This record gives sequence, C-alpha cells and structure tokens, in this order.
Amino acid sequence: MSHQGTPRAIRGTKRYTVIGTRPPRVDAPDKVTGRAIYGPDVVLPRMAYGKILRSPYAHARIRAIDTSQAEALPGVYAVVTARDLGQTTDRTAQVGESSVSFKFLCDNNLASDKVLYVGHAVAAVAASSPHIAEDALKLIKVDYEPLPPVTDVLEAMREDAPLLHEGMYTESLAGPSEKPSNIASYFQYLKGDPAQGFAEADVILEREFRTATVHQGYLEPHAATAVWSPDGFLTLYTTTQGSFDARAQVAEPLGCPLSKIRVIPTEVGGAFGGKNISYVDVAAALLARKAGRPVKITMSRAEVFLATGPTSGSVIRLKIGAKRDGRLTAAKAELFYEVGAYPGSPVGSGAYCIFASYEIPHGQIDCYDVVVNKPKTGSYRAPGATQATFAMETLIDELAEKLGMDPIELRLRNIAHEGTLLVTGNRHRSIGAEEVLRTTRNHPHYKAPLGGPHRGRGVALGYWGNWGARSSAMINVNEDGTVTLTTGSVDITGTRTSLAMQAAEVLGLPLENIRSTVGDTDVMGYSDSSAGSRTTMATGIAVVEAAKDVITQMKARAAQLWGLPADKVIYERGMFRANTPDGIQEMSFAALARQASAMGGPVRGKGDVNVRRWGGAFGAHIVDVEVDPETGKVHILRYTAVQDVGRAIHPGQIEGQIQGAVAQGIGWALYEGYVYTPQGQMLNPNFLDYKMPTTLDVPPIDVVIVEVPWPEHPFGVRGVGEVPIVPPPAAIANAIYRATGARLTELPMTPERILRSMGVI
Amino acid sequence: MRPFAYEAPSSIATAVDLLAQGGERARPLAGGTDLLVQLRLGLREVDWLIDIKRIPELRHISYDPNEGLVVGAAVTCAELGEHPDVRRHYPGLWDGAGIIGGPAIQGRATLGGNLCNAAPSGDSIPAMIVLGATCTIAGLQGTRRVPVEAFCIAPHRTVLRPGELLVSLHFPPPQARTGACYLRFTPRAEMDIAVAGAAAWVCLSEDYRRIEAARIALSAVAPTPLLVHSASAALAGQVADERCLAEAARLAQEACQPIADVRGGIAQRRHLVGVLVKRALRGAIQRAKGELPHD
Amino acid sequence: MTERVRVSAVINGEPVEFLCEPRQSLLECLRDILGLTGTKEGCNDGNCGACSVLLNGRLVNSCLVLGVEIQGQEVTTIEGLAHWDGLNLLQQAFVAEDALQCGYCTPGMIIAAKALLDREPNPSDERIRAWLAGNLCRCTGYDKIIRAVRSAAAALATPRQEVSK
Repeated sequence: MSHQGTPRAIRGTKRYTVIGTRPPRVDAPDKVTGRAIYGPDVVLPRMAYGKILRSPYAHARIRAIDTSQAEALPGVYAVVTARDLGQTTDRTAQVGESSVSFKFLCDNNLASDKVLYVGHAVAAVAASSPHIAEDALKLIKVDYEPLPPVTDVLEAMREDAPLLHEGMYTESLAGPSEKPSNIASYFQYLKGDPAQGFAEADVILEREFRTATVHQGYLEPHAATAVWSPDGFLTLYTTTQGSFDARAQVAEPLGCPLSKIRVIPTEVGGAFGGKNISYVDVAAALLARKAGRPVKITMSRAEVFLATGPTSGSVIRLKIGAKRDGRLTAAKAELFYEVGAYPGSPVGSGAYCIFASYEIPHGQIDCYDVVVNKPKTGSYRAPGATQATFAMETLIDELAEKLGMDPIELRLRNIAHEGTLLVTGNRHRSIGAEEVLRTTRNHPHYKAPLGGPHRGRGVALGYWGNWGARSSAMINVNEDGTVTLTTGSVDITGTRTSLAMQAAEVLGLPLENIRSTVGDTDVMGYSDSSAGSRTTMATGIAVVEAAKDVITQMKARAAQLWGLPADKVIYERGMFRANTPDGIQEMSFAALARQASAMGGPVRGKGDVNVRRWGGAFGAHIVDVEVDPETGKVHILRYTAVQDVGRAIHPGQIEGQIQGAVAQGIGWALYEGYVYTPQGQMLNPNFLDYKMPTTLDVPPIDVVIVEVPWPEHPFGVRGVGEVPIVPPPAAIANAIYRATGARLTELPMTPERILRSMGVI
Repeated sequence: MRPFAYEAPSSIATAVDLLAQGGERARPLAGGTDLLVQLRLGLREVDWLIDIKRIPELRHISYDPNEGLVVGAAVTCAELGEHPDVRRHYPGLWDGAGIIGGPAIQGRATLGGNLCNAAPSGDSIPAMIVLGATCTIAGLQGTRRVPVEAFCIAPHRTVLRPGELLVSLHFPPPQARTGACYLRFTPRAEMDIAVAGAAAWVCLSEDYRRIEAARIALSAVAPTPLLVHSASAALAGQVADERCLAEAARLAQEACQPIADVRGGIAQRRHLVGVLVKRALRGAIQRAKGELPHD
Repeated sequence: MTERVRVSAVINGEPVEFLCEPRQSLLECLRDILGLTGTKEGCNDGNCGACSVLLNGRLVNSCLVLGVEIQGQEVTTIEGLAHWDGLNLLQQAFVAEDALQCGYCTPGMIIAAKALLDREPNPSDERIRAWLAGNLCRCTGYDKIIRAVRSAAAALATPRQEVSK
C-alpha cells in the first residue's frame, strides 16, 4: 500500500499571501535543462586541470618529495607541495559550524611533515588535461617513513597508542594533560547528583553503542577553479556552503588580505554540512599562481570518500534510570567521538542533543574528542546528534518495553518544555516537543495494523538546536517596481525561493517581481555559512529587515511627493496611501519606484544581522519494517515523519528536505559505513560498496508539518533541514527489535549483524 | 588511466588477428561496464582495446525450438531481455542477466562480458552453468567449444588464450518438465554485487513428483562460479520435498569456499548458500511445473 | 598520450566532429571537449547515474562509454531535451512537483525517465522506482521524483500543445 505525502499544518493559518504557498523553485528551470553551473562545470580560457597526489599510508613521516620528473612531463604547467605555502601562525578561527586551527587547515590542504590518513594530500599538479595531470602524479617521488596507525577510537585513547600529534595535549577545564595524547579534548557536563538519581531509580538500563563513520554523500564532488590577475588578485569559483568562510580558508595559507580574493560560489550539488571546509581551493590557487593560468581541480568520488570530512564514528556508553511510573531519575553518557586527523568533532553538539528531549533531574555527559588516522571529520546534518540519539532513543524504547508502557506515552511523561534545564546547562526556549509527540501518537500510522509476519513498528524522537549567526541581505528597487534580492547566503536547499517569499510577503509584491540571487564576496556583507539550518531563519530576518528598509525609504519618497511627514504614509497591498488636505493620495509601488530614483537616488534596502537566539526543533518518526528471518534483509514498508518547523514558508520544500534527510537516515541505519583495514585503508571508497539508498530502498515518506512558531522570527520560522536525520536510525532499530526480538546496538544494522543478533549465525 | 589504442574490427578474423598481435596487452571491449572501471583503478592494463561490437556474429541472437538459444558475446542484457523467447523459454537465465546493474548498465553490459570478466560473483554465470550452456571460442587455430562451467578458472581469469575471442553462448532447447531459477542476496534491494547467489535447474518426472535430474551452481562463494556436483547428484531420483531440498542445501554449504570481504562474512555467506539453494530449487520446481508466470 | 582519434557523431540532433584520446570517456568528451556540461560526473564507475545519456535511444552511463565508441552513433543529452524557449513535459513535471533540490542528479534522472517513458507510456510507481534505481539522489528521498515521472506520463498521455524538440 503506498501512502502519499500529505502534509497537514497544525496551527497553520491563512494570514499570509505568499508564506505557506508552493511556488516553483526559482532555480528549477536552469537545473532541469542542465544550464546551472556547478563547481566542476566552470570553464575559463587557457584553463589547466589539477590533480592531487595523496598518501597511500594512514600514518607516516614525509622525509622528502621529488617533483622534478613530474615537472618535466610535457603538458605539465606546475607542481606544488606544502613548501609553496606561506608561513602560517597557529591560531583558531570559526569556520562554518566548527572551530579550526589554521595550521591544521594548511596541513590538511597539503601535508607538511606528516601524513595522517590514507588520502592525505601531499602534492598537486596542473596540466593541459586531467589525464596528463594524473600521469604526472605517478612521477612524483615521495619518501615516506611509515608509522603505526591507530584507527579505533578506544584504541587511540590508550596510553601506548601511536600519537598523531606529538605536541597535542588533552585540553580540558583542568588544564592540559601531563603527557601528549590522541584525546584532543575532554569535557564534562554535570547536573544534580547522578549517583543519587540512579539510587532512586526502580529500573536501570545500560548499554554500549557503536556507529560507523558515514559520509554526507553529496553527488557533486568538491571542485574549485582559481585564476589570478597580474596584480595579485585571486578569483575563486568554488563549491562551498559559505563564500566568506571559503575566502578565509584561502586567504590565511596564501598570506593574502581578504580584499585580494573574490570567492564566487557556484551552484552546489549537495552539501549537508560537508562543504563548509574547502579541500582543493588552496591547491588550485597555488597551482594557478605558479602556472600563470586558471586551474580547475575536481575531486574524484574516491577522493571525496578518502579526503573530505565524513562525520564521526563513535562509541557511546549510556545509562538511564527511571521510576516504575516512567519518570526518568538519572542519565549518564560517555561519548567517544572519532574526529579523524585533527581535533574538532561534533561531540559537543552530540552532548547537547542526547538528553535534550526530556526532563532529567540528574545527569552527566563525558565527552571525548579523539584523533585517529582517518580523514578529519566535517559536519554532517545535525552533526553528532544522530549518533547520540541512536543510543538514547533505543534505550528509551527498551525502557518503555520493560515498564510495559506505550513508547510515546513514556516519552510524553518525560518530555521537555520551554524552561527545561538541560544537562548541558542550556535552558530550552519555546519548543514544540509535546505537540510533535501528540501529533505522532494521533497519526493513523501509529495504530495501523502491521499486516504480516516478521514485521515491527518503531518510533523515535529527535532534536536539533539549529543556528542563527550573521547574514547580509540587500534589496534593490528597479525603476519598473520590480526588485532584486541579493544575499550572501549560498543556496543549498532552496533558500533563494524561501527568502524571496519572505521578501514578497513584507513588500506586498508578487513573487514573480522578485529576482532572488546569491552575491559573491565582493558584493555582499559578511555572511556565515549556509549551515545549521539557519538560512531561511536568520537570513530571513535580514531579508525582512531589508524589505522593511525599502518600505521606509519609499514611504519617505511618497511623503516628499505629497508634502507630508513620513509617518503619515501607510503601505498596504502594494499601495502607498496618505490622507492629505487634498484628499486621499495613493500610488502603487511600481509607480513610485519610477520616480523614486530621480527624487533621492536609488532605493536600496539592507539588512545585516547577527542572530543570537534561535529556535530548536523536534521531529518524531514512525517506521514499519519487515525483516526476512532467514537472511536478515530489512524492507522498509512505511515511514511517517512529524516535525515542528515553526512556520512553513514553503511546505513543498520542507517536505523535500524531510524526505531527503529520512533517506539519508535510512542509509545510516542500514547500509552505510566506512570499512577500514587495521592499517587504515578504506575498503569501500565508491558508490558500489558505500551503499546509499536507491529508489528501491526508500518507501514513500509521509510528512506531517507541525507549527509551533518561534517567537523571534517575523514569521515564526525554525530551522528544518537537520532535525529529520536525527530520529531514523533509532526508529528503525526499534522497529527491527519488534520484528525480530533482536536489539541492535551497532550501526549500520546490516543483515549480517541482524542474523547474528537473532542467533541465526 | 594509462593510454591505449583502439580498434573496432568488423569481422571475427580481424579481431582474432588483433588480439593475437596484442597478446596479454590486448583485450576485447564489449559493454565496458567492468573493463573501463578496472582500467581506471589500475586492476588491468592494456595497450589495445579491440571493440567487438561491430562484428555481426557477436551481436546476433536467435532462438529455435530444436536448436536452442544462441547469444552473441556482445549482445547486451537489455537486448536479451527484449527478445521474446528469452524470458519465455529461459526465465532462469533472465533472473541473473536482468539484475546486472540498473537499466543504464543493462544497456551496455553483455552476457559474454559478464562471463569473460569471470568475477566470482558474476550474476549470469550460475544460471548459464545449470542450463548447460556452452561457449564458442574463435582463435588463430580455429573454433573450439567449452562448457560454461569450465570457462572461469580463477577470479578474473578464464580459459581464453591470447588471441582467442568468445564468439557466442549456446543454450540447449528447453525440455518438458524442466525449470531453472537464480536468486542472490544483496543488502540493498538491488544495485549491489551479490553476497551469495544460487542457481538451480531441475528436470521432473512424468508425474512431477520426483526430481529426475538437477544442477546447482553458486556465485560469490568460491574463486569462480561453482557447479556443485554433490548437491546435483544427491537430488537425482528424489521426491521433490523439503527434505531433499534441505539435503541439497547442506551439500552446497559444504562445497562452497566463502571468504570474508567488505561485502560479507564467511558464516553469513555459508548460511545464505543454504537459504538460497532451497529457494532457487523451489523456484525451479515451480517453473518446471509451469506454475510461475513468465516475466 | 597516444594519437587522438577523430570521431563523427550526432549529438542532440546536430552533427559534431571532435578529436579525443581513446581513453577519454564519452562523459569527458561531452563536458570537456564539446562544452555540454549538463551531464554530470558523480562517481565515474557506473554506480550513480548522474552521467546518464541516451545512446541510439538507449539509456547508458556515459562514464562507461568511450568517446571513440560513439563513432557514427546518436547521443541525446539533457541539453537536447528542451526547445530554447520552453521546457519539455518531463522538465515541466520536475519543476511543478518540486522533484529536485540541489539539481545535480536531475539531468541524469530526467534522461533516465525519458528513456522509460519512451518505452512504457504508463509505468506503475514500482516500475518507475525499478527503472530509476541506477540514479542516485541524495537530496529528495525520491518521493517527489516518482510523482514527477508519474505526472509527466499522465501529461504525455493527454494530447496537448508542447514546446519541445
């Protein structure tokens, strides 16, 4: 039986004209005709092709690199190594959603003294064709001194483990550790007295969970094209979520002032957090400067797997205690997150989310950020939360069963509200957790018959905090009354459309009159990366500010025309209007626009914001599975995703975001995971054996939109894109348990693991 | 990818000459869906690619109720599936040939290529084995015929000598009360390399109660696709019930030699052989009885 | 580098000639030599479908075809589907059903869908899913793509004016 996605907005209103409608995506025509220009599509005159030489060792010292033979190959224009980078000061900066040491960032672009993972960039070549560049790579001689690698998080924490960074000590509130360590940082959150809380519990459950490294899996590989002018000005076309972050990541290693670099973001072919960090831009820029011609580097699929930023694999130890009536008394978690070669895993946001759904009087979370010989992790859609929620939501499910309670009832009994103090010390502001759970419980899917043997139903609740941060928007009023909206926010999800809709709503103009574009770093004020589900929300605030600015300026022009003080002019439904001694005057936006420029110069509204408060959001999923008891193969029969979006600007885009995240969650739950040899070789850096869901692996996904408006956005918007990847692995694990009697605690839940858990093999 | 030269001959004789000249450094190119990937990964190296798709005999496919089915080595899976007699008379063959990739792969991949690639997991090969197919090979010394079960000798190695070209595959005409079926296990719904696969062919007695003869072949659980003689022999003369299926499955499990790799473990593969052999036999028996609809 | 080969073919209804090395794939020739960047590279080994084109009307992964192999053949890419001033019915359906987000898989998806509808004008949802199983999408979860193909099939069955090639 197939279920059509029919969104129902709870508390939806008809107060808006444009908000809540489903106009076509403004970028769709270019995309369905192949006209949109993505990173790999850029072509410039005299352009050369770059390729990167990568380490075959997971851990080794670089003794020497001889590039002479490669340089001599006909067709090769330039070869670069870390030696071509300027001196870098070791400092920390915020890039995208994580903090980063610039020395580590440089080393990750081109290794200087050591390689720390298979695939670590060591040198780069620019040549007249990609094939010649590849041929040249084979001629570069690197003298490695192999070192023993460490690839497991718990192994890496041992005192005798091989050290990735001899100068790295564990950072914690107690100060640096005595000895160097692969534990980059350790921190603890404590609320109340967990020992007492567990003493009060009638039931205590404790388990250890493991999750594999998984990749965002965007179809477009990273690509950058760099071109220098004779006076040292760099133009960089690149696939990125944040043009300004991309600019900073190139400026520092090259020792360039920011004004000498223009980053033009290309259309992005999927990002999900993985394109906050640039991986080929520095090499492309160095090559272009040395070769004296534009250089384009496009990563191959294997390079994307080996040498970009997948999310942390993890070990999570979890213990929860509850009274017989279901009330949680205590919760304790140890989060061991692999961060790959350099520090900065999302263990902190994992800690924030793991208990964020519930009122927990006593809690403790110990967080470990651990380096291992794998690529440095990047952000992947609600970074750190899916791993943590897999652990918590399956243990909660087990608790429900132990107490003989309905799984949703147990969650409702403990659900967090506005004002709930979390174990991490944050206090929830306005949230819609209870509304989401009640909507889920009332959905027909929850009570529908399963309809066959070997079937089970699971639920899970997930939270993501979202983000605000800095955005810049500009609205230019054209002489004919149409407007051009430009923001500094790269569009990775459809925000050109959702932002234009917000502008249209405020300006009272039809959407077709608004041209919505993304400006490069020369054009716009600083904008943080399009990440953290912030763009429709925070850049929306900037857009609304810009739109209001336009109206204020236009009102002033009208007032000038009519000889009135500006506060006597009102604007509604596209018309400026005022009571004058000569009667009511009115003029349309378009008519006023025609005169406005001559009156006082061009009308340009601007909005520059740093949004410091934002609304977190909840999602609850219901999934039915059927498991073949002889093979362990899982078939997903039906999936429903309920989510609080605050206010749905474009319900169709929201459905798409949620459906896509659920598909990623299904892959994370059942099929996806990096497989490594003990020597740190990845065995599956391709789409054949890194198994992302196909059309046949994902059922139709029903989306139910709940609206608990976030009070500090003009329309109530909460971030949407990340929440829905948080519940799926737990929901599917709970369903598999009900279908088979086997509780899986390791992701991915492969057929082999399922058979083993069932005792069949 | 290392550079290579490309030729597209239009006759078997020319192709054989070119292959002989190139020796180990020349390979025929049919669909390219395995070969190009291997060349890019450096798993194979060639100086010449000989495109065989312009040779009429290799593109030929024909069926005759008395002669059987002849499939040229360069006939694509898609063409195989579009031929009305293949699905009707050789559904077991189509079970395997039709799941090699999705439609885009099917548009290029060939039965001949799947066999010559000689992957342990080649999906079309177990069915070809149990159907008793034979290979026609052309070389400088003339033509020879080899049964499919003897064609693959090691992972990615076949009996073809330098200068030899697989021309066609021949399937005997289907007889009454026979049926074949191929099933495989993959973690995703499709689009995967088989973790394990099993093909079964049965010939039932006149009253449809006994198995007069049977053949069982496996994929992905041995260095080559494997004809399991013990299981095949054990089924002969047995009443077609679950007990004899279980015995055939057990013997197949004993005969297979699975390894652990990124796609599956040893215990898992051995277990799946048991499951798949039983299921494939049930499918073959149903087809022999005329019970399963043709696709 | 070996000698380059001259290839003559028909691409999107127009005769073309180009020089390429035998080791250059059709995908590379389309993108790097002929400037047709609508067809995308996602994996270069036949597992994602982003490079889907029609070769003599048949759906293929252009990363697994060599440029030299298309001598005398016909190729259709995404650029060949729409007239300069409009979108064809499949493209319209993808827009109307919001069957894309980042759009990177979209050209391949539309070409694959066209290959299906050219053969089977009224496919079931199961058939659409099976046919598109070789085209990965990471953004949409596939739901709206299936709807778009279903909608296009219905529209194609209804006689109406269509601006397309």
